Amino acid sequence: MKKLRVAILGTGNIGTDLLIKIQRSAVLECTLFIGRNLASPGMKVAVGMGVPVSDQSIHAIVKNPDCCDLVFDATSAKDAQVHWPILEKLGKIVVDMTPAKLGELCIPAVNLKESVECQNVNMVTCGGQASIPIAHLIGQTHEDIEYIEVVSSIASRSAGPATRINLDEYIDTTEEGIKLFSKAHKAKAILNLNPAQPCIDMQTTIFAKVKKPNMEALTERIDAVIQAINSYVPGYKLLVPPVYENGRIIIMVKVQGLGDYLPKYAGNLDIINCAGIAVAEEYAKKLEQSESLINWQNG
Amino acid sequence: MVKNIIISDTTLRDGNHAVGHQLKAEQIAIYAAAADRALIPIVEVGHGNGLGASSMQVGISAEDDKTLLTTARENLTTSKLGIHVIPGFATINRDLKRAIDIGVDVVRVASHCTEADITQRHLGYVREKGKEAYGVLMMSHMASVDLLVEEAQKMELYGAEGIIIMDSAGAYLPSDVEERISALIESLSIPIGFHAHNNLGMAIANSVAAIEAGATILDGSARGFGAGAGNAQVEVLVAVLDRLGYQTNIDLYNILDATDIAEKDIIPVVPIIKSDNIVSGLTGVFSGFSKHVSRIANEYNVDSRDVYFALGERKVVAGQEDIIVEVVLELVKNKKK
Repeated sequence: MKKLRVAILGTGNIGTDLLIKIQRSAVLECTLFIGRNLASPGMKVAVGMGVPVSDQSIHAIVKNPDCCDLVFDATSAKDAQVHWPILEKLGKIVVDMTPAKLGELCIPAVNLKESVECQNVNMVTCGGQASIPIAHLIGQTHEDIEYIEVVSSIASRSAGPATRINLDEYIDTTEEGIKLFSKAHKAKAILNLNPAQPCIDMQTTIFAKVKKPNMEALTERIDAVIQAINSYVPGYKLLVPPVYENGRIIIMVKVQGLGDYLPKYAGNLDIINCAGIAVAEEYAKKLEQSESLINWQNG
Repeated sequence: MVKNIIISDTTLRDGNHAVGHQLKAEQIAIYAAAADRALIPIVEVGHGNGLGASSMQVGISAEDDKTLLTTARENLTTSKLGIHVIPGFATINRDLKRAIDIGVDVVRVASHCTEADITQRHLGYVREKGKEAYGVLMMSHMASVDLLVEEAQKMELYGAEGIIIMDSAGAYLPSDVEERISALIESLSIPIGFHAHNNLGMAIANSVAAIEAGATILDGSARGFGAGAGNAQVEVLVAVLDRLGYQTNIDLYNILDATDIAEKDIIPVVPIIKSDNIVSGLTGVFSGFSKHVSRIANEYNVDSRDVYFALGERKVVAGQEDIIVEVVLELVKNKKK
């Protein structure tokens, strides 16, 4: 099978970890790793792997549009807004790793098939990737959801400068995702940075206030949801199964990373990258099928 | 030379922790007016965890932020209206913008003691709007003195006009406070403040240690009404500072009246140091956890002291109340074995 040609914009933690994950993929090939500084640690990793690199940022793709079919935007919410109109015109598929909310919000365990119909998909946030499949399950098993709240705690050392400066966007985007996928009337997202040493794993708690709690249905179906996420995020675990306490449903999960470019405790960065890879691979499969369909018709 | 000390009264903000964030608009109105008559410089109002923090994680407020702040605003003439803001809970667009529109004068942007860089945008926004901006380092006992200074310097760089360090767990002894305040005074050029909790009975002593080391801002609340074992009792602070020769510009009779009113109309149970609070102070666990720990430990029939030690080992920070449930369920599991 021909691999889908992928460029990565942004050579920080997210971009570099994506690069390593792509090397393992049977259907993706990184054809250009793009940043602004050839001396950055991420660039050195890419050069070491023999991946073509550029320090021309978005101009690298403008100058050479044939370099790729799909672009991972691993820059910042602000930069992603500048990049998208350019990439849209060039006909590139964009998997947006920032909380810019320009494209379709995508949670692979929930809407993978629908997402690849769009030219720009947004991977929401790490907290969104961890909590939305569960919020979606609560939405499917309950009629009237008054409120869903998700609280994520992550290791300080796993929160880079972009995460810290984008806290407000993190909150907005996570809340929007929760409401969209659960149909809750109200949503709230909270993020804590914990400096404890050794570093803590990412932990996310989902609280829900519903008219008629159906704990049986939740308990019955929660394992299937965890398994669906495990198919692309192996380190995702159920920590506290659905409990009803003090008038609220509580479910807690924990995310350990794969330890690719980032340490295992950085489950927050790993989960969004695993989700990004899952959607890029789905695009690859879809394009392969449509191409073989064309070949078959022509033949 | 008489030294001026600015008192920030946290009765209507930290006190909200003590009642599960159930303070009502009438109570805000009554105490704000009384504090205003006592000429308290800053009256802090809101959910215990500040703006936008009403949540299942830390407690749903009886009144929304808008009601709390507009009510306080209507009842303050000379005292400034202050708020506490933690990025990660509150956002600029959803929360801060509106609070400033309502007429907040003083904004304290807080983070865990090692995470000052998350306050950059919020501090910048407050300065841009021309309001007084302070930086707050919570749970300050969890950072070394050097690190605390570094984080405070970041906040100064972001535009903070003063830094308040919080002894959120009530873990300090006076020598700890003296060491930290002295280091901050030496390294920063803006005023330094201290926010005490009384878990080990040290709230007033620690506040005095802070002042003697050079701090010029102190937090206190009526009868000590606040999270856990409560804060420094503001009326005692005023009296002690007067004895020590510091100036607060607060009239003793009027502050005594205000706090008597608070005891009558606002404070259901005057804070005392309970066994749990002592363990919370010893284990360095956030005072705001106390109500949640008591309730959940009681519900699952585990010893709340065991819960505090487990939480202390995990080095949880303010905002991680969900971990209480996890820790309690783990204790239950271990008990069954």
